[in-house]
Amino acid sequence: MKIHEYQAKGILRKYGVAVPRGEMAQSREEAEAAAKNLFGSGAAGVVVKAQIHAGGRGKGGGVKIAKSVEEVGEIAGKMLGMKLVTHQTGPEGRVVRRLLIEETLPIEKELYLGILVDRAEAKPVFMASAAGGMDIEQVAAENPDAILKQYIDPGMGLEPFQARKIAFQLGLKLRQINPAVQFLSGLYRAFLDTDSSLVEINPFISCGDGHLFALDAKINFDDNALFRHPDLRELRDITEEDPLEVEASKYSLNYIKLDGNVGCMVNGAGLAMATMDIIKHAGGMPANFLDVGGGANADQVTHAFEILLSDRNVKAVLINIFGGILRVDTLATGVVEAARKTQIQLPIVLRLEGTNVEQGREILRQSGLNFIVADTMKDAAEKVVAAAGAA
Amino acid sequence: MSILVDKSTRVIVQGLTGREGTFHAKACAEYGTQIVGGVTPGKGGTSHEGWPVFNSVLEAVDQTGADTSLILVPPPYAADAIMEAADAELELIVCITEGIPTLDMVRAWEFLQNRRSRLIGPNCPGIISPGHCKIGIMPGRIHKQGPIGIVSRSGTLTYEAVYQLTMRGIGQSTAIGIGGDPIIGTNFVDALELFNRDPHTEAVVMIGEIGGNAEETAAEYVKMHMRKPVIGFIAGQTAPPGRRMGHAGAIISGGKGTAAEKITAMEAAGIRVAKSPAVIGETVQAALGVKV
Repeated sequence: MKIHEYQAKGILRKYGVAVPRGEMAQSREEAEAAAKNLFGSGAAGVVVKAQIHAGGRGKGGGVKIAKSVEEVGEIAGKMLGMKLVTHQTGPEGRVVRRLLIEETLPIEKELYLGILVDRAEAKPVFMASAAGGMDIEQVAAENPDAILKQYIDPGMGLEPFQARKIAFQLGLKLRQINPAVQFLSGLYRAFLDTDSSLVEINPFISCGDGHLFALDAKINFDDNALFRHPDLRELRDITEEDPLEVEASKYSLNYIKLDGNVGCMVNGAGLAMATMDIIKHAGGMPANFLDVGGGANADQVTHAFEILLSDRNVKAVLINIFGGILRVDTLATGVVEAARKTQIQLPIVLRLEGTNVEQGREILRQSGLNFIVADTMKDAAEKVVAAAGAA
Repeated sequence: MSILVDKSTRVIVQGLTGREGTFHAKACAEYGTQIVGGVTPGKGGTSHEGWPVFNSVLEAVDQTGADTSLILVPPPYAADAIMEAADAELELIVCITEGIPTLDMVRAWEFLQNRRSRLIGPNCPGIISPGHCKIGIMPGRIHKQGPIGIVSRSGTLTYEAVYQLTMRGIGQSTAIGIGGDPIIGTNFVDALELFNRDPHTEAVVMIGEIGGNAEETAAEYVKMHMRKPVIGFIAGQTAPPGRRMGHAGAIISGGKGTAAEKITAMEAAGIRVAKSPAVIGETVQAALGVKV
């Protein structure tokens, strides 16, 4: 689960990680009030930052500096409601609904810090680089030696010597080392306590007076751990998510919207990806990834169908099920029910295999509905691509 | 024959009394697997579907002589169940559970390091040696005894590959689902080593997917050490970057872990990569034909 920058900074503040002073604003008035507070308490300048779940906001015009309350109001007025397009949002962009109004700081150095779990080592790893403020993926690709990696023994946690090592390697001054150790320890505790999959501070800044701050902050939570963090679940902003994906998540369906016109419903993530691949091989484009899971029931299948069909781009549907735990007759019942309920006019190609496949096929035959039955994955893909093309 | 499991394998089921545990314990027993008991803390001393239930793994091992555990407990308790099984020194732990928090698995993985147990999974279908033993949730009847080893990150896609082989009359020595999570016990290289040593395995099918670099590491192993033909497939050639494709581990992040990269590495190692999921069986048949 992704959260906004202002929410991430709120969490970090609780762990003693220094972040600039600031407030979230949802209207021009709130933005002006926040700016007034900041200027009133000595801020030299104020930055207005669009809050969306995507990076590259600065280049897209979502980060602007103001010298007065009036200017903050003006910028906020323009920014709220605008469509922000960055390299991470896709061409459709995201509507800006929230702003972070924050004090500006005298930046001397921009550094990078990140914590994530390294898959191969099965350990948390701190990544640090003196090349902050840039796209870290680009740094990793062009100059991997510029990124320091410090693996953390999960039983021990971040030891002070490890934190010092990172601080020295980042080229911090002597008097900054202890504050940096504090900063890094706080960051690591926040990572552990919130079951994060990623904590990223880019840039991590050193100011002229030696103070260290998280100028930007990104935290992603491990979805699998949210059951034990009811407070973090509250931070979810569903306006940042695709409405169909939000709907799917209500029924524990894994749905990801794509740009093609062949809708697909599959059980199992690997088979679902393979089905998308074979649609492309057959000359079509998948409209979505949809994994109904191993243990789906008729009700879930019905909902999956409705979600699939509410994408207007879908011209034909491919259902590819290899029934292991999910029995084929259960699926067939769900499909027939859903087809009746939604009065579907689109061609549906079915490829069913596995447990109770004969009963499943019988249910389809007796429904009187016009399904196209395929024998193999290849056959199914060719039939559905042809059907989508003809529609 | 098989690797890791056979007719003599004695299995306890952690989470036996749950709905999933009951259903799959029965299916495994019907297949011929020796299920010897179950563990559900608090229900020790009772019996369930004719099997004795114990409060702890240690007690179950002591009473039944089990050497393997099948874990079908809900995600919040699964990492703990893995550690308990490792503490009882079981040889093999097969964890089916999907949705275990990553940091729980970080701890369990660490715990396993100085212990003798091998972990398969989590978030996997398990392991089957056709005709001998099934420890997992895969449909047993699509399998057929034979010379092909299968190792895969996916569940249903493995069934698809197995089915294509069986339909062509090609049987399997053992099929292992290693799981779709970022942190897993047995990995591709571990499984390939076992198949390489197994006299009854003639070729190996390796099914990967986007995310991480396990396939690249496996390709390196194949290049250096593998004496048997390897046939591969990578799911997710059309997956968009930055999106988690169902499996927690299936995500292209930072431009890394793409299908194209993996296929290139595998082909460079001499692995025959099936271009489409529909031709996995065909590709295996071709590889066997060349070998003979």
